Amino acid sequence: MNAVESLRRLKVGDVAVIVKVAAGGELGRHIRDMGLAPGVEVMVMGRAPLNDPVELKVKGYCLALRNNEADHIMVRLEGRP
Amino acid sequence: MTEKRGFTVALAGNPNSGKTSMFNALTGARQHVGNYPGVTVEKKWGQVRHGQQTIEVVDLPGTYSLTAYSLEEVVARNFIIQQRPDVIIDVVDAANLERNLYLAVQFMELGAPLVIALNMIDVAEARGLQIDVAKLSQLLGVPVVPTVARGGKGMKELLDAAAQVAAERKEWKPLELSYGHDVDQALAKLVENFSGQSLAWGPLSPRWVGVKLLEGDEEVIRQVGGDPGLADKLEPLRQKLADHIAKTADDDPAGVISDGRYGYIGGVYRQAVRETRARRLELSDKIDKVLTNRLIGPLFLLAVLYGVYEFVFWASEAPVAWLEGLIGWLGGAAEATLPDGFVRSLVVSGVIDGVGGVLGFVPLIMFMFLAIAFMEDTGYLARVAFLVDRVLRGFGLHGNSVMAMIVSGGISGGCAVPGVMATRTLKDPKARLATILTVPMMNCGAKLPVYALLISAFFAAHQAQMMFALTLVSWSIALLAARLLRWTVLRGEAAPFVMELPPYRLPTWRGLAIHTWERTWQYIKKAGTVILGISIVMWAMMSFPGLPEEQAAQWEQKVAAAASDEAKATVEQDMAQAQLAHSLAGRIGQGLDGLMSPLGFDWRTNVALVGGFAAKEVVVATLGTAYSMGEVDPEETEGLAQRLAREPGWGPLKAMALMIFVMIYAPCFVTVAVIKKEAGSWKWALFSVAYTTALAYVLALAVYRGGMALGLG
Repeated sequence: MNAVESLRRLKVGDVAVIVKVAAGGELGRHIRDMGLAPGVEVMVMGRAPLNDPVELKVKGYCLALRNNEADHIMVRLEGRP
Repeated sequence: MTEKRGFTVALAGNPNSGKTSMFNALTGARQHVGNYPGVTVEKKWGQVRHGQQTIEVVDLPGTYSLTAYSLEEVVARNFIIQQRPDVIIDVVDAANLERNLYLAVQFMELGAPLVIALNMIDVAEARGLQIDVAKLSQLLGVPVVPTVARGGKGMKELLDAAAQVAAERKEWKPLELSYGHDVDQALAKLVENFSGQSLAWGPLSPRWVGVKLLEGDEEVIRQVGGDPGLADKLEPLRQKLADHIAKTADDDPAGVISDGRYGYIGGVYRQAVRETRARRLELSDKIDKVLTNRLIGPLFLLAVLYGVYEFVFWASEAPVAWLEGLIGWLGGAAEATLPDGFVRSLVVSGVIDGVGGVLGFVPLIMFMFLAIAFMEDTGYLARVAFLVDRVLRGFGLHGNSVMAMIVSGGISGGCAVPGVMATRTLKDPKARLATILTVPMMNCGAKLPVYALLISAFFAAHQAQMMFALTLVSWSIALLAARLLRWTVLRGEAAPFVMELPPYRLPTWRGLAIHTWERTWQYIKKAGTVILGISIVMWAMMSFPGLPEEQAAQWEQKVAAAASDEAKATVEQDMAQAQLAHSLAGRIGQGLDGLMSPLGFDWRTNVALVGGFAAKEVVVATLGTAYSMGEVDPEETEGLAQRLAREPGWGPLKAMALMIFVMIYAPCFVTVAVIKKEAGSWKWALFSVAYTTALAYVLALAVYRGGMALGLG
């Protein structure tokens, strides 16, 4: 069982499962509206030139978010290429 | 009897779910565009004939959810609650079913009559998703119709289902989900205190209102607050229950409720969908590997921008020349048929030259918008926002601001009117305002003739380099101005960026045509109305008051006494100049002398700049008249350029200061009107005029005085 860490720490190609969305208010609502909920699998597709934002694959679609937003999403690493 | 009456359909769905294609496939060309009352959210509606009925289709804004999170969501929700459409068609991306159903479930919780259009079913099947449509429909308790909106497949079946729902369902039937023990208990307590009471908003299920209260939905809390007795009873209870849930679940209630929805959707999905193929990289992901790659991404972006630039200028060359020929011919025809006098002068100098100068740009602007629509519809523009977000954030803007900057003239030749409108995609009000207030500094199509004139007069050896330099300068100034605004009048935290990157798609011709035409039409309307009025006003200011009797008579004698045609032309030009100096515009220009002389501008330039407040296209035409060139066609600046190059007091430095001034100062009248509309108040519109003009003055002064100090004058 891997430790729970923040989504920001994942590397390109990593596959992880969301454990908790630790954001309230507008940001939390928006993250959840986009399908990022506990139990959902995410894969890190790539990062923009300055490492930020990060591109994820969630439930078959691509989503971009900033690192300071990824901080609020706790994940458990499932696989590293 | 409903058979004859027809009914209303609200078209809802996530962004990128194919909702726009669906709307176009249903309504064809019979569509109208406006705004929802009181807000800057676009409303489209149209009709479709279905058997004996005429169905009214209203296109709701594309949303992911139905909270009070964004203006679009509030608008969509209010429309459904207040207008009570007979059916909601929710366009759902079949390949991305789970996230798309999140919105559908919220319609079901509300209880509104719903039909689900399972769109892009072909793509989903190609990806190895087997969706059991009957099972999905049975589990959700909602009709589900597979469609391919782009190919127009399934439209009839969809309308059949909608007609049936409209005919049968008169009652709203809210879906009662379980959100887990804690929330369910809290809901029961809230509803106890609330049942039987309805809001001024319309009849809604008490349970739904309870869910929204626990979610902390500001709009619903305000609605409940409209009934003081109710609010006093519910508010403390809501607080207590929300706190209790937050403690026991270690999560905020909105989160718990959202997880409940996803739990329900997950259950439905597992029963109705079989994924026959393992996870793999789609073609779109492979393209992304290249186009958003750290190194190749930015290089490709620059190549695309350069390509757009090349394409637009190449494609518009012929139609622009053709239009100018037409306008020239019109001017000539008016010249020939109308008797000499004020009417002819008004028609030729005021109307035809003024409006013609703007309409001449239409092909350029249209191809520009076509290129941008292509980038938008393929999905590449979202990647551009992704690539540049980190940089733009440094200036207090948002990745999505880039779109408005490009449309406004980030690639020379755009227009700030649709550019300002393009900021609607920005959710963050402060970043949006900062974008609105800075995009008019981009080099729109109207500034190009001014640059062309001055570059050919003073920098003829380096034309391309100068244009490129001006592009870089405008980007830099706009970005720095945005940073300044975000540190001063628009202080505030950055809003979330969380954004979908839609799969790459080949755009349809129809989609491109609709997109391009909407924006071009806005520009033509500007030329046909505002510019026409301004041209006439400018013409009047430059024509009246005329020279006093005796002076006019003297000039007439000089003209008559001229020895040759050439001498006669020279005298006539001198006369025109004397006349202009005497006119209202000339006096204003001279009155500004004290203020503008530190920039090296003489009174004639001032007159042109005053006209430029209305529209920058006016600058060149006015300079032409002021330097007594008679009629100057903005395209045939050759004569005027030579004239300026010879003129004492003019030089490269003054030209540079003037170009900077024209680039930065006041947005044109139409843009100001659009800023008022988009920013919601005259305050910001007037602010945009004042601060840009002040900034232009300071920068032009710095260029001119700095250049002088360096001995460049």
